[in-house]
Amino acid sequence: MLLYALKRLGLALIITAVALILLISMIQLIPGDPAAVLLGPLASPEMREMFRQQMGLDQPALVQIARFFGRVLTGDLGTDVLTNRSVLVTVMEQVPFTLALIFASITWSALIGIPLGCFAALYRGSLADRIVGILSVSSIALPSFVIAIYGLLLFSVKLGWFPTIGAGDRGAPLDQLYHLVLPSLAVGLGWVGYLARMVRASMLEVLSENHVRMARAFGLEERTITYRYALKIAIIPTVVLLGMGVGNMISSAVFAEIVFARPGVGKLIFDAISTRNYPVVMGAVMITTGFYVLCTLIADLVAAGLDPRVRSTL
Amino acid sequence: MSPLLDIKGLSVSFRTPRGDLKALRDVALQVGRGEIVGIIGESGCGKSTLINAIIGLLPANTGAVKGHIGFDGQELVGLPINAMRKLRGERITTIFQDPMTALNPVLTIGAQMTAIQYRRRASTSEKRRRAIEFLEKVRMPDAARRLDQYPHQFSGGMRQRICIAMALLTEPDLLIADEPTTALDATLEVQVIHLLRELQRDIGCSVLFISHHLGAVAELCGRVAIMYAGEVVEQGTAGDIFRDPRHPYTRKLLECDPGRITERQEILPTIPGELPDLVHVPQGCIFRDRCPERFALCGERPPEVTVRPGHQAACHKARELVAS
Repeated sequence: MLLYALKRLGLALIITAVALILLISMIQLIPGDPAAVLLGPLASPEMREMFRQQMGLDQPALVQIARFFGRVLTGDLGTDVLTNRSVLVTVMEQVPFTLALIFASITWSALIGIPLGCFAALYRGSLADRIVGILSVSSIALPSFVIAIYGLLLFSVKLGWFPTIGAGDRGAPLDQLYHLVLPSLAVGLGWVGYLARMVRASMLEVLSENHVRMARAFGLEERTITYRYALKIAIIPTVVLLGMGVGNMISSAVFAEIVFARPGVGKLIFDAISTRNYPVVMGAVMITTGFYVLCTLIADLVAAGLDPRVRSTL
Repeated sequence: MSPLLDIKGLSVSFRTPRGDLKALRDVALQVGRGEIVGIIGESGCGKSTLINAIIGLLPANTGAVKGHIGFDGQELVGLPINAMRKLRGERITTIFQDPMTALNPVLTIGAQMTAIQYRRRASTSEKRRRAIEFLEKVRMPDAARRLDQYPHQFSGGMRQRICIAMALLTEPDLLIADEPTTALDATLEVQVIHLLRELQRDIGCSVLFISHHLGAVAELCGRVAIMYAGEVVEQGTAGDIFRDPRHPYTRKLLECDPGRITERQEILPTIPGELPDLVHVPQGCIFRDRCPERFALCGERPPEVTVRPGHQAACHKARELVAS
């Protein structure tokens, strides 16, 4: 397990490095002069030249890449063009809000979706299974921004049960939790259906395997077979999916953060793009990339903890 | 004393889109205490259905189950699920065909071997000791250490030994071995068969040994039943069946056994024709269409002819067909 964890960690580092190289290459490939774009048409050639020197854009591409890595490794992601603050600080201020939103969403959707999928698999073909199926597919089909907008209209504007905007007062966890309800509902609802379908399918597959038949032939209780023998296998693809899903959720969080006017990385990227604040965009993308790699790493480690066969591969 | 397993007039059918498939029809079979009984039949003859009917694990599309399965005086047909579950793994255990998929891949064999002892009031370390003891019985080298390994770390032959150890761990009254050697290569097959016989003597259980390998059955079993298309067509002692078969199907089957062919031939012999359609079961003898001895009377259901005490064949010509 330790060997696997080390190997997988090394792989994560390689993936991050490749992602960063791709990111910086894309910037190199964008036509036009970043200085001209950033400083606008009114800037004089001297100002542009000075800016280029300041940003190191006059150096060869390889030197730029090497410097970039050097800076990233020391935690320097550049300077926010508008506020002159460190990008790392700007992004990290927003990260907790997004993390809270993502983990609230994934937690409630996993707590409902996974048992629902098990239930549907155990009672396959029953009326309850069909109802779960229909609800799951509808929840997958609804885009999260639609749920966000209608959730907002119904529960906060019309019924007034939940707050409309913001993330709640600092230092008041309950208030912050209260502000999380609607956004996490919007982000997580599709995942309930997704997880339920996924768990149902893999559970049915595992329950039809020979070793389950053998466990039954030894008179083990159905409860033991379901939770100890079958779910431990059936949950593995779901764990891996969740790892990637949490990373992907950052994009659905963008909608929720905009609709609910919440602070967060999604909102930050959105605002930074609108104000052409490229260092912040870059920094935020880098942080989310790192976050994505971290999530898949954790998911793979959990999967390896569940399945010994995974450990002996890689 | 009554036999341990006493099956009488057992019929099982499955619901299919085409109609009811009569997988077993009027099967009678007895397994005495401490006896090893072999069942031979080709694929689709109802061997697996018979096992599933005994251990109460028939699939969801099972239709009518008629007849009797007596186990130590208890009727198993229609027994409530929980009562049936009490017998499984405690008094009746099963070894399955494919050892590669029979064990749970994400649990150590130690965890699986202690899990099946859940009925015993013993500490985990005692259960582990018993698991080690039985792994040593099936000659697993370094058993104590290997207990904490996962199934994928064992070879096919080793996994089948683990399955045998699990099946004998609870000292059952009846061990059902469903083609336990089919997935193994020839040298391993001999080892597994010797091991089974040795352990059977040790524990004193009865064994129902299902196979289509005639040599293995001849070596291991005292009595043999031949199944064809859901019926037991002939049964008797291993000597009767292999030396003096009276049912044309048994005779054909023995002719096809590569182990009995002495002359060099271009192609292995087979029985021409196909299994009858079990949704629309033909009248009369079930083997009629493929039978070389077919004559006018075969349109009627053949009687159960007792050739000699304990040797029955379901054929009109059973008394005439003497070994040549």
